[in-house]
Amino acid sequence: MSENTRRDLLRTTVIAGSAAVASWLEPRAAVAEPVSRRPVASRNFSYFSAPEIVFIDAAIGRLIPADELGPGAKEADVAFFIDQQMAGSFGRAETWYMQGPWKEGIPEQGYQLKLTPAQLYRVAIQGTDDYCRRTFNQATFAELGVGDQDKVLHGLEKGEIELVGAPAKEFFAMLWQNTNEGFFADPIYGGNRDFAGWKLIGFPGPRYNYVTEIEQYGKPYALPTVGLMGRNESAVRKG
Amino acid sequence: MRLASFAFGLLGLFGLSLTIAVPAQAQGTTYTTIERGRYLVNAGDCASCHTDQGGQAYAGGLALPTPFGIIYSTNITPDRVTGIGNWSEEDFYRAMHNGIRRDGKHLYPAFPYPWFTKVSRDDVSAIKAFLNTLTPVRQENRPTKLFWPLNEREVVAGWNELYFRDGAFVADPKKSEQWNRGAYLVEGLGHCGACHTATNVLGAAKTTENLKGGDFGEHWYAPSLTGHLRDGLGEWSAAEIVEYLKTGANSKSAAAGPMAEVVKNSTQYLSDSDLNAIATYLKDFPVEKTATQAAEIDKQDLSRGEALYVDNCTGCHMENGEGLTEVFPSLKASSAVQATLPDTVIHVVLAGAKAAATLSKPTGLAMPAFDRKLDDKQIADLVNYIRNAWGNHASQTDAGAVSKIRKDVENGGG
Amino acid sequence: MVTKLKSVDVVLVGFGWTASILAKELADAGLQVLAIERGEFRDTVPDFATTHIQDELRYAVRGGLFENLARETLTFRNSFDQTALPMRHLGSFNPASGVGGAGVHWNGQNWRFLPTDFNIRSHTEARYGKNFIPADMTIQDWGVTYEELEPYYDKFEYLCGISGQAGNVQGAIQPGGNPFEGPRARAYPLPPLKRSYATVLFDKAAKEVGLKPFPCAAANTSQPYKNPYGVQMGQCTYCGFCEWFACGNYSKSSPQTTILPALLPMDNFSYRTLCDVTRVNLDSTGKRATGVTYVDVQGREFEQPAELVILCAFAQHNVHLLLLSGIGKPYDPRANQGVTGRNYAYQITSSVNVFLDNNMNPFMGAGALGQAVDEFNGDNFDHGPLGFIGGGYIALWTTGGRPILQQHGAPEGTPKWGSGWKKSMQENYLKSASVATHGSVMSYSGSYLDLDPTYRDAYGNPLLRLTFDFHDNELKMSKFVTDKAALIAKAMNPRSTKINYREGHYSILPYETTHNTGGAAMGADPKTSVVNRYLQSWDVSNVFVMGSSVFPQNPGYNPTGTVGALAYWAVDAIKTKYLKNPGPLVQT
Repeated sequence: MSENTRRDLLRTTVIAGSAAVASWLEPRAAVAEPVSRRPVASRNFSYFSAPEIVFIDAAIGRLIPADELGPGAKEADVAFFIDQQMAGSFGRAETWYMQGPWKEGIPEQGYQLKLTPAQLYRVAIQGTDDYCRRTFNQATFAELGVGDQDKVLHGLEKGEIELVGAPAKEFFAMLWQNTNEGFFADPIYGGNRDFAGWKLIGFPGPRYNYVTEIEQYGKPYALPTVGLMGRNESAVRKG
Repeated sequence: MRLASFAFGLLGLFGLSLTIAVPAQAQGTTYTTIERGRYLVNAGDCASCHTDQGGQAYAGGLALPTPFGIIYSTNITPDRVTGIGNWSEEDFYRAMHNGIRRDGKHLYPAFPYPWFTKVSRDDVSAIKAFLNTLTPVRQENRPTKLFWPLNEREVVAGWNELYFRDGAFVADPKKSEQWNRGAYLVEGLGHCGACHTATNVLGAAKTTENLKGGDFGEHWYAPSLTGHLRDGLGEWSAAEIVEYLKTGANSKSAAAGPMAEVVKNSTQYLSDSDLNAIATYLKDFPVEKTATQAAEIDKQDLSRGEALYVDNCTGCHMENGEGLTEVFPSLKASSAVQATLPDTVIHVVLAGAKAAATLSKPTGLAMPAFDRKLDDKQIADLVNYIRNAWGNHASQTDAGAVSKIRKDVENGGG
Repeated sequence: MVTKLKSVDVVLVGFGWTASILAKELADAGLQVLAIERGEFRDTVPDFATTHIQDELRYAVRGGLFENLARETLTFRNSFDQTALPMRHLGSFNPASGVGGAGVHWNGQNWRFLPTDFNIRSHTEARYGKNFIPADMTIQDWGVTYEELEPYYDKFEYLCGISGQAGNVQGAIQPGGNPFEGPRARAYPLPPLKRSYATVLFDKAAKEVGLKPFPCAAANTSQPYKNPYGVQMGQCTYCGFCEWFACGNYSKSSPQTTILPALLPMDNFSYRTLCDVTRVNLDSTGKRATGVTYVDVQGREFEQPAELVILCAFAQHNVHLLLLSGIGKPYDPRANQGVTGRNYAYQITSSVNVFLDNNMNPFMGAGALGQAVDEFNGDNFDHGPLGFIGGGYIALWTTGGRPILQQHGAPEGTPKWGSGWKKSMQENYLKSASVATHGSVMSYSGSYLDLDPTYRDAYGNPLLRLTFDFHDNELKMSKFVTDKAALIAKAMNPRSTKINYREGHYSILPYETTHNTGGAAMGADPKTSVVNRYLQSWDVSNVFVMGSSVFPQNPGYNPTGTVGALAYWAVDAIKTKYLKNPGPLVQT
């Protein structure tokens, strides 16, 4: 005898039919499923190959390094986060307008590549490693010392390095954006392991009531960090 | 169904019946009798059982799960073949008063005739007069799915022998007119005790426990309506009872689940005078200390429960458990939260709940489901916490109980 | 093959704020009303539930509540000598899709425009002379005055349960409110929100530099509220997930929380979701709309006849539909002819990051929790010696501290990544705030909307093309106001500040505001406006256009308050004038 809220509210006279849902509906309908916690070494990556992961780990290890302040992006599983994103609707640019023709625009016109984010990574990682081999005596990016790695990253960031197949600047911008995301997104997406990013800055996670605390000016917030799946962020739904 | 009850809301302003044909036997019945019948049908909430989900109004077919199998509600439209169109007034009275249908067979007490027996002859006639004006629907009644020997209606005679005494309501001369009207409604058409009273193993209401709380089934527990201080209406005022029935919420509680539907389909349409009568009657039950023992809960579990409460519930129910007046019900000092069985609370945490959307309070404020976010142990800890925090006291539950309710809820039960 | 459906009295294109207001008012008047929405149905439970809504990646970063550009986007260029290219992913603005529209994911910052905003042209000419307005600046008076709109601003504010402190009640200046606001009949329905630490510091600093700060009016309820439709709202709990997210506890004003519970049960109202309106159909004279054509989720085409067609989609989407349907002569900037697409405007914003000593707890906030000063908005100050028109408010907003997108910048010289960046994040996240400026953008002959010649949407229709840039007037004004903001920031006694002027060209990235306006300008003259003062099309009298599409230029305030007021104003005209005598409401 329970009510179906949606049915009760639905006053449409639409001629109902079976759902041949257009692809552009899917991304929003997707609910993030919690990702189960396994040790980093045994991760099953969905999109990147092992050498690509080696590259990503090395790169993000310089973008947000481990240091005396705490874990960095690599330790926080950000490579796994990026992998999952590339394997999903973001990597496939499902909510982007990807029709042609493709022209190079001015910076004010934003992203104009034909490549999806996932394709951009693949092409640019290959391109960067090729550049490193040419420039650093056959060493891949991951095999370089941290000083040289930083040089390469700066070069990509400024667009001073020419990559085959993809513009370096766009790649670096995407890589940095995704690294940031992976370090600071909720752990259900695979990164921010043990709330590494949130604990670094003091963000307590999603809580819904600060009615008392907001007027306690200057007082540090006392409650432990929490994620969408609770304080023990490795918890996966059971029951 | 919705149309009829919405139309009732215009009673006194337009007084128009929104139905189509008036069959022959309704001729000669006065207009006011039919309108009175409409009011009484709302009071008795006939539509809730006699209308299937997505089905036609009053045509029956709703599956009513009982511990003994499924009974399907019947077609009470005036269709002459499949409904009660060829039932005389006498036939209909016998059904309401004695639980006997036109062909002489027994009706199962899933149809609450033990309560409807109290309804006066006049009122039953008015109800029939209104039912006669409904659109006839050709829909066969479905046979019951009860296990043997209960599928043989004669067994009901034995049940009646043990548990049923027919008889119209008799006013108590020592009590006020208002009290008697309230008693007539609560114990008769309102059939509140059908849910709010504990039943024995054969499904009969325990008359000594009348209105002291009962298991509705589908993991909804109907709390005590008597004077229990903690888990009954002992701390409610008459005005709060009236507001709850009229709007679905008051400062202490909000109707959820099946009760939200009762408010939406039935009690919101009762007159203020009748609502006050009901409140007068219920408030006359003596104040009682609760029978439930306070729980001795492990401190670690309680503190885990508190952490879960802070992380998940304070957005609406606030840090002090008091919710927001008229918006989100208080958990502190709530009789629904401290009810004898924790089933309703567990059900609501798992599946969420929606307040009754009434004419005066149309919002239908809702609570989300937590079944995907919290596991059984977490829900048990959380439920134990809220039932024993802020001065609350109630029995303890465990992950096993939650697990059982979760399975039922996820299988579509409630 | 197009299936023709049964006619309705009113068809509304879109089902967001303006459609919800119009639907309720017209259904109350007894009309058969149908709303057609391209997105899905959404409601607080289950779609915005507290259990999952505070997910920054899903909603703020990946746009869970926003428009999907794979279906339709626009093309963009700064000036008409460039080739416009598609906006391939969202950046500068975030339109919505789904029932409730952007009313679901806005912050709730609610303002009224100034009285002088409504007759900006005549007022500016009178005060500063005709020559003060550059030749290519096409600002115009609105055709309606603040005084006429005041009761409708009031109606929208009481619908929403706005929490605020009145500044001018019937001419009497109220302490603690905005002394520059136009006179209002009565106070806000709810008192202001609680103050966060950073807004308290801003308040003190602003007073020290001689300004008059006030709490910003918020469509976040400070207390439980029941509006005139009987719909109940909760109370904001400062969770810090307002804009880009939906409210899970009924405390942000949206169609869902203020109108739909009273609207949806009405028998004479219905709606369809996942249906895209592609055309307003006109009869052979071109002067009367016969209804709309839409495509459903399976790709089938339907013709929905109606007596009255009202465009209630997001700002530029209304203009797109007008252009595709041939309503109003399309604007041609080179010939300086036509009206549809003319006078597009936007907002110009800037910020000053403030790095403080104390713990600000930035993650505690609400979408419209802010303290502001209005001395440098509209014509509240003497523009004579300054050489620009317009202005903006300066506010310190504490809307939240979400770690991916709400980092308050880093002090000058901080590395962009690496250990130095990490250290800055750790040192500054809890101890920073931003003072923001929010400025007007005038309309220009070179800022407009038309149809793109190359790119198409999922239905094969030409995309809308946006030609827009910041002009010297706006950049000059913005610098002026930003410098004022920097003064206040310095008076907050921070460790350091960092000024982020708005400079150079307008870019389609990064995010600025979702305050797109114009293209269907309202006015007194059909030669320079698409709709008259009642938002009725000059050309097709049974078509009305809602939303910020009708702003002839954009003042220095968030637009939603005025969008709501104009919707109530227009529907009042429809009910009291149009329905009695369908036809043009304004004679030319």
